[in-house]
Amino acid sequence: MRVFVYLCLGAMVMFLAFWAYRENYETQEALRQVETLQGEIGELRTSIRVQEAEWAYLNRPNRLRELTELNFERLELMPLAPQHFGSLEQVAYPELPELGEITETIELRGELPNDEGSIQTTLSTGGQP
Amino acid sequence: MSRVPLRPLARILSARQKGEDHKAIENENIHQRMLAARGRQRQMAEGRLLIASICFAVAFSAVGVKMFALSSTEPREPRTASSASKIYAQRANIVDRNGRILATNLSTYSLYAQPHLMTDPENSAVELATIFPDLGVEDLLEDFTGKRKFLWIKKKISPEQKQRVHDIGDPGLLFGPREMRLYPNGKLAAHVLGGAGFGREDVHSAEVIGNAGVERTFDAFLRDPAQENAPLELAIDLSVQDTAERVLYGGMKLMNAKAASSVLMDVKTGEIISLVSLPDFDPNTRPNPKATLDAADNPLFNRAVQGVYELGSTFKLFTIAQALELGLMNKNTMIPTRGPLVWGKFKIRDFHDYGAKLSVTDVLVKSSNIGTAKIAIDIGVKRQKEFLDSLGLLTATPLEISEAAGGRPQLPPNWSELSAMTISYGHGIANSPVHLAAAYSSILNGGYKVEPTILKNPNPERGERVVSEQVSATMRDLLRQVVVRGTASFGEVAGYEVGGKTGTADKPNPQGGYYEDKVIATFASVFPASNPRYVLIVTLDEPSENSGAKPRRTAGWTAVPVAAEMIRRIAPLVGLRPVIEPGPGFGIVQAKGSSQ
Repeated sequence: MRVFVYLCLGAMVMFLAFWAYRENYETQEALRQVETLQGEIGELRTSIRVQEAEWAYLNRPNRLRELTELNFERLELMPLAPQHFGSLEQVAYPELPELGEITETIELRGELPNDEGSIQTTLSTGGQP
Repeated sequence: MSRVPLRPLARILSARQKGEDHKAIENENIHQRMLAARGRQRQMAEGRLLIASICFAVAFSAVGVKMFALSSTEPREPRTASSASKIYAQRANIVDRNGRILATNLSTYSLYAQPHLMTDPENSAVELATIFPDLGVEDLLEDFTGKRKFLWIKKKISPEQKQRVHDIGDPGLLFGPREMRLYPNGKLAAHVLGGAGFGREDVHSAEVIGNAGVERTFDAFLRDPAQENAPLELAIDLSVQDTAERVLYGGMKLMNAKAASSVLMDVKTGEIISLVSLPDFDPNTRPNPKATLDAADNPLFNRAVQGVYELGSTFKLFTIAQALELGLMNKNTMIPTRGPLVWGKFKIRDFHDYGAKLSVTDVLVKSSNIGTAKIAIDIGVKRQKEFLDSLGLLTATPLEISEAAGGRPQLPPNWSELSAMTISYGHGIANSPVHLAAAYSSILNGGYKVEPTILKNPNPERGERVVSEQVSATMRDLLRQVVVRGTASFGEVAGYEVGGKTGTADKPNPQGGYYEDKVIATFASVFPASNPRYVLIVTLDEPSENSGAKPRRTAGWTAVPVAAEMIRRIAPLVGLRPVIEPGPGFGIVQAKGSSQ
């Protein structure tokens, strides 16, 4: 009996040792992966910053002004001036689509209350009720 | 193990037989036993002590080994903590009020050499000189063949340059990563931003520290990792700033001025929407501060903040506002203006003769020095000083640009009655344009003091009252009249109800006295006058308008048209629609209601 217990304990120790060994290497692998990912995140952040800087550089007022001047014939953009404010009436709205004559009548069915209790009535409506 | 009997019976019995005292033998026996027991206990205690000391030694040496390991190894970022996964740039961005980038960081490389590792110093020196034309072959070669083991060649290089240096292929030329400060808009808002340079440098990294402007004031904030790279939000509006710089530059050239500055301030919050000082510089390649000797001619000199000038008649507003606030007079009170006004050896004259008397309104509208000086006499030295102090005109502004502390007003050493008279029309006291903007805002916004700020702060705490609501409204009306029928008639911009006051002050000669033909022309304006939103100060240094027979230098001919054009261009950008000016007596006279 005692030998059996010792054998069991020995097996358990070996199993745990094996488990700890594997766990250790898996953790190290995971840490390496995290490091790689963080490096990647860092690189991506840097490139985002570079692109933001580039966006700001390409949109600097000086350059935009030069571009509008170069492309004035096509764009006809002017510096904003007080007379550029318009009123709502000056906005050209699209014309409302013309409604055709209503031909199909719709049948309505409902109850109209009256003094002697409710009576079922049928109403027909057309273009003009 | 042999057992020792408790009592030495053999000896006792033999002693008894001999008739001796057996007690002595017993006592001796007990004594022996006690000695033996003490010896055992001592041994045990010593053993325990040994174990305890071994434990302590192990524990302390473990701590010691760990400490040694920590101190002798390279620092490493914690890898397991997931919350620390954010990687920040060294220095936060600076953005304008709409979030557009004014300053950001870019990673780049620095180039350094370790001559003892170089294989072919001559060739490398020649190649480097072709890549960087500002480097001399001889100097490089001298450095490479000398005793030095390390030298910086360039602090910042572009990717193309890096590639070309790579192509030289010398193992002694090495690169270190760097973060550099980039101002993508070039010269725009250069004086506000200031600039940045490298602090402590190492091969692997370098500190980026602010040299001037907000970069210097907020250096700690921008570098604080606890802020998690939160950008610094300025009150500056990029498009307004650009327009202001462009129009002011054009105006400066047109009026033959050697320098100019402008400040656009929100009257209610004190936020500075645009601040221009010309000539300016590119903060990406900040010039050497010692390049020019005269501070006032240096492009690094921030005229709007550091430049203290006598601002001339723009100060008349303060004198008249105080007189009305104190109830000494109303706007129709007549003031004698027959000149010249003689005070001791000093004579005060007007630009024109305005006759025997003018109303308070006309003193401002026509800009009479004599009239203003007479009002100042009524106010008195002490009250004038207190009032100017309450407007913040006697101390440096609290503006968060590092140069602002240097913009200390110049005050008369002895504030006499004569000083009070000259100060009433803006002579004998020197202030920066930002001072003027803040003081005008305080008087015109309804009478609450505002502190100038460069930070976006749309809802500041309301300051203390400096003048009453009514005086504020009257002053706005008077300023409007200056533009409608006074010295600033060129300031009219249709739809924006510009009000303002001109000021032309002779420039002081460093040799003493004043120049005859050099002036500082200032226009302090507010728009729209009936419901003020912005105060604009425009200052031209040595302007001269030469279209007439004689050069005209007064602010009405120089600073005012420039300011008007600025308002015409800027007002739409800040979202102000042109409106029809409410005439006198405008308002709801009678309301008819009908109940249904």
